[in-house]
Amino acid sequence: MSIDKTQELVLNMGPQHPSMHGLFRMVVHLEGETVTHIDPKLGYLHRGMEKLAESRTYSQFIPYTDRLDYLASPHNNWAYVQAVEKLMGVEIPERAEYLRIIFGELARIASHQVCIASTALDMAGWSAWSYAFRDRERICDMYEMTAGSRLTVNIMRIGGMSAEPPEEFWPALQSFLDDTPEMLEEYYGIFFGNEIAMGRLKNVGILTKEMAENLSITGPVLRASGVDFDVRKAEPYSIYDRFDFKVPVRTGCDSYDRTIIRMDEIVESIKIIKQAVRDIPGGPIMAKVPKVIKPPVGEVYHRVENPKGELGFYIVSDGTTKPSRLRIRPATFINLQMLPIVAKGWKIQDVVAIFATLDAVLGEVDK
Amino acid sequence: METLKYLMETLNNLFLIIAEFIRGLFADPHSVWANLTMNVINFIIVVIIVVLAALILILLERKVAGWTSQRPGPNRLGPRGWFQTIADALKLMGKEDVTPAGADKFIFKIAPMIIFCLPMMTLAVIPYGRGMAPIDIDLGIFYFVAISSISTLCFLMAGWGSNNKYSLLGGMRAVAQMISYEIPLLFSLLGVVMITQSFNLGVIVEAQGTIPFIVLQPIAFVIFMIAGLAELNRAPFDLVEADQEVVAGPFTEYTGLRWGLFFLGEYGNMTAMSALAATVFLGGWQGPGFLPGYVWFFMKVGVMIFIMMWVRWTFPRIRIDHLMHLAWKVLLPLSIVNILLTGLGIYIYRFVMGG
Repeated sequence: MSIDKTQELVLNMGPQHPSMHGLFRMVVHLEGETVTHIDPKLGYLHRGMEKLAESRTYSQFIPYTDRLDYLASPHNNWAYVQAVEKLMGVEIPERAEYLRIIFGELARIASHQVCIASTALDMAGWSAWSYAFRDRERICDMYEMTAGSRLTVNIMRIGGMSAEPPEEFWPALQSFLDDTPEMLEEYYGIFFGNEIAMGRLKNVGILTKEMAENLSITGPVLRASGVDFDVRKAEPYSIYDRFDFKVPVRTGCDSYDRTIIRMDEIVESIKIIKQAVRDIPGGPIMAKVPKVIKPPVGEVYHRVENPKGELGFYIVSDGTTKPSRLRIRPATFINLQMLPIVAKGWKIQDVVAIFATLDAVLGEVDK
Repeated sequence: METLKYLMETLNNLFLIIAEFIRGLFADPHSVWANLTMNVINFIIVVIIVVLAALILILLERKVAGWTSQRPGPNRLGPRGWFQTIADALKLMGKEDVTPAGADKFIFKIAPMIIFCLPMMTLAVIPYGRGMAPIDIDLGIFYFVAISSISTLCFLMAGWGSNNKYSLLGGMRAVAQMISYEIPLLFSLLGVVMITQSFNLGVIVEAQGTIPFIVLQPIAFVIFMIAGLAELNRAPFDLVEADQEVVAGPFTEYTGLRWGLFFLGEYGNMTAMSALAATVFLGGWQGPGFLPGYVWFFMKVGVMIFIMMWVRWTFPRIRIDHLMHLAWKVLLPLSIVNILLTGLGIYIYRFVMGG
């Protein structure tokens, strides 16, 4: 044994670890503090969603989708119900489309706030964490007014929305929209503008454009690597083609851009919600769909832009009340591929930060 | 007016009068027995200061954390949650004392005890008022820094003895960090020593009658603050116990009262470091009058502690290589420059004053 080389330390981080965002486990090989190899282990939160779907009716499966990416549950509902609607050929009322947009974008803001908060927290920025969570509470309140629950809202139905927002919803939404510029300024002041945070995140964990494309990364992580791809623009679903918004792209490819791009996206989401509130028509919120949902024989793939990336549902129908096969294309599960490649050679602290910038939600990763 | 002045004088020297009274109870006030009794009493007072400080500071820390992050903090137990620390302490006492099977038992058990002793040893040389240093020694600063650097060893012992990889990583971080930051810490104090030409903390406070040394040595104060935070393993330099990376570092395997001793030690050390800052840079017990000296002293310590807490709950944690760069490439050269400037300043001052 030579003495100029330290002994390799194999550190088992997770599934119970303060910064593992749920039940993620990675076996980290260390040379001093430097990471030489990462071995991610998944499946601690596996609930067999895809198999469960085969023994539930189409409507019964909607609450299960809430538990995928539980930080943005309206998006999961949205992707699933739209897939079923596409299969059945259902046209939903205008008002329901607008409400879906409003709740979807609110969920995007809430999810991005959690991402900013947890990235800050993984670097011990306690106050930044609680600032972002304080503001997210207001979105949760709005969920609660409408759907009755705060996290897994189960707000969409095949053919429309489950409930009309109550009267107090609109002033709450308006005041939230008015306060957002100030909120973003606060996040910047306490976290992104901080010298230490910049030192921790800038030029760390470089994911080049080629790597991102080859690993089929989607969502803000992809756009922070300089690729202009957003399902809302590339393949507009719902009524996104009616709205005027930009897709923020950054070219830093590092942890800092992967986090701060979410601030840019919040700004765009605010724009979309403002337009939706302005244009929303009256009318029913549910289309006329049969009580027993029996899509025709066939298959469908539908994808939406989840806050974390592209979320897709592939459904095979055999003409009965239950799907014959349902497959979920989760965003963060595929984004997570980059972790062992990108984090190699960085310090153990950086690995925690890089993992945080991916904004992985283990409910979606493990399904 | 005369009465007020007399009252003030009495209040200012209250503890000295009590000490004289106790000494007076002996046949010979300066016999061995009298000295021994006084030392025991002084020691008990220092222990009380450490324990009381920890008790108050833990609550204060949680309240400050609440204020900075816009939430109420503990507010259920007692008026405004003031009894929270007592409840926490009771809970810790009731917990099972677990020693891991693979631990180096002797080292594992002795580490928290040593770290709890250190703040008592360091706080014993601080002058709390005129002539109120429990132990008045000439090499006060030197003694203080020497004793406080033993805590490095405690972290390493705890990290190694726990037989846990996270603890080991934390322990190694502690050694790297605390040894690096000791040098700028000591160098930042040297400027003051050069001005006063004494290591004695009492003499240093006496010299600040007109102007506190923070005005004469602003660079040294900033270096001292940063290096002091790093010495104490307080955020943003809390890499040793970084719970997001190494869970709780050396403390991961500790439970109950042993863990509580680490906590007491941490807050005791924080009080000691703030007391040193108040003594060396902020003028110790010197104040504008109208309050007893020891009240001024504890107010200054409180301000220092509040700044430390404020920083902790606002800043994210620094990275380990940036930490090392800061110590060796920024703080150390800066402190050497400060020493040089101080030397020049003293030379010019003497030349002008014709000394």
